[in-house]
Amino acid sequence: MLSVLLIEQVLNGLQFGLMLFLLAAGLTLVFGVMDMINLAHGSLYMVGAFLAAWLVALTGSFVLGVLGAIGLTALFGMLLEVTLLRTLYARDHLSQVLATFALILILNDGVKMVFGTDLALSAPEALAGPVELMPGLSYPAYRLLILGVGFVLAALMYALVAKTRLGALVRAGASNRVMTEAMGVPVRQLFTVVFGIGAGLCAVAGALLGPLLAVQVGMGENILILAFVVIVIGGIGSIRGALIGAILVGCIDTLGRTLLQHLFREFLPPQWASAAGPAIASIAVYMFMAVVLAVKPQGLFPART
Amino acid sequence: MSTTGLLSRSALLLGLISALALPWLLQALGAPFYISLAGRILVYAIAATSLNLVLGYGGMVSFGHAAFVGLGAYVTGVMISEGLLNGAAHLAATLAVTGLVALAIGAISLRTRGVYFIMITLAFAQMLFYLANSIKGYGGDEGLNIKQRSAIGFGLDLKDATTFYYLALAVLGASLVALARFVPSRLGRAVIAIRDDDQRAEALGFPALRLRLVVFVAAGMLGGVAGALAVNQQGYVSPNLLHWTQSGTLMVMVILGGVATLWGGVIGAAALLLLQEGLAAATQHWEFWTGWVLLAVVLFARNGLTGLALQAWSRMR
Repeated sequence: MLSVLLIEQVLNGLQFGLMLFLLAAGLTLVFGVMDMINLAHGSLYMVGAFLAAWLVALTGSFVLGVLGAIGLTALFGMLLEVTLLRTLYARDHLSQVLATFALILILNDGVKMVFGTDLALSAPEALAGPVELMPGLSYPAYRLLILGVGFVLAALMYALVAKTRLGALVRAGASNRVMTEAMGVPVRQLFTVVFGIGAGLCAVAGALLGPLLAVQVGMGENILILAFVVIVIGGIGSIRGALIGAILVGCIDTLGRTLLQHLFREFLPPQWASAAGPAIASIAVYMFMAVVLAVKPQGLFPART
Repeated sequence: MSTTGLLSRSALLLGLISALALPWLLQALGAPFYISLAGRILVYAIAATSLNLVLGYGGMVSFGHAAFVGLGAYVTGVMISEGLLNGAAHLAATLAVTGLVALAIGAISLRTRGVYFIMITLAFAQMLFYLANSIKGYGGDEGLNIKQRSAIGFGLDLKDATTFYYLALAVLGASLVALARFVPSRLGRAVIAIRDDDQRAEALGFPALRLRLVVFVAAGMLGGVAGALAVNQQGYVSPNLLHWTQSGTLMVMVILGGVATLWGGVIGAAALLLLQEGLAAATQHWEFWTGWVLLAVVLFARNGLTGLALQAWSRMR
């Protein structure tokens, strides 16, 4: 019984971790290459989710809606980069915090003006039911889809950064931007493309998590902080670090929520266990980050040399 | 005395008189409900000033300052809900708890630098946020309502908006005087030297880490006092007071007003809250327009409103 629960929770943790990776991938590159704190990254996740909900209702097709949302969010992200964020790269962190905080306010209220405070988005009918993975363990088909998409995109992103010319240039930019520019690489233009890809990945996460969580204004704010935790644990600027950090954070958060309660029941009175379990689970991720930083102040896989 | 000195002294005196006369003036204008808005501005001004101490003068970009404000609010709120009403005890407990927590957080966080410091202070604030969410005995995620207020003696009742206003004004005044004295003091100069070049300051014999920690703890304690005032004004404390967007708001106030300027926190708090209040009266989408104003400040007023005013002043002369 417990092992079934464990497998189920590990799958949930992986699934959440992979979605976190989609958010963290763009964030870590912006942070690593441009030394830019972008608090509005979570807003792209929200914009992607709203666009997906709107397009799915409009076209009547989940796939078309999500693909459309990805394209539009990527375009929107690139537009944002060219018009505003680009001017902030050279500014100090405080100015970046103020500007992107302002952007959160604008986008939150802007989305509210266009779409309202929330939109309905449900999983496609064909994937509504559970799938039996093994005797005694059935798992929602839609969550399996998220896992699959997450794995494929993570692998693609990894290959893109590790194996392609574009990836090599991005990595060069992350380890030393000035030197890369001096070698004749148009890091800025390159970066607009990278930012677009990052925004598109945010939309994937927003659209896929939409049916499980809720598509509402402000949805990006809590997940943004988790994405920051992921990239700090993984090492700012490192895609590999972001992937491993995301899976660690996803598993710690998800497993903590269910298993700690079980664990505490073994040696604590039940009312204590049910109070302490969730409390410690939600803190666990941040404690993990503090420990990682205490041991490795640059994160697990530092990108800068 | 130079003309500038005389001018700034008379401006200060004028400001003080109008701050003291404000409740009476609002009463006379028939708009007494604005007294509580003024009180709210004062509370935020204290919190933002405390953040400006650590962020501006100390050079430590703390992204978790709301945690100390929230902690102070919870300490006072919990004591009141347990029937302990002595205001002096609230102050002492708030200072002790926020000081100890700031000491612990600072001792760990100050080992890191730059963006990692920003992120680790954020992480600690998130821990306290979730902790506040999980204490079911004191409201959990719904927050804690208090029916009474801190008893401050002299027959004064903090439920009265004017009384609260004067108390908050006194606390803010004391904080500003302390800050104004701190900056040119030996300690203050050492802290600023460490901010500007910690290696050089250390080579000169200043214990950089320890002095940083002192500033971090002092700012946390003052933030806690702002929280203790906030719960007395609202009669309510909830985990939202510790949410990271609150830390962001305080940071926005400091940057808006002017980083490392004596009045930066006050100007920023007043400007942001008045802007929000004004926009909220005009449109339902005040957040949207607040965002645009803040964006304009980042792009066109690089040193905040104080910097803008100084620029205009020097151009006029």
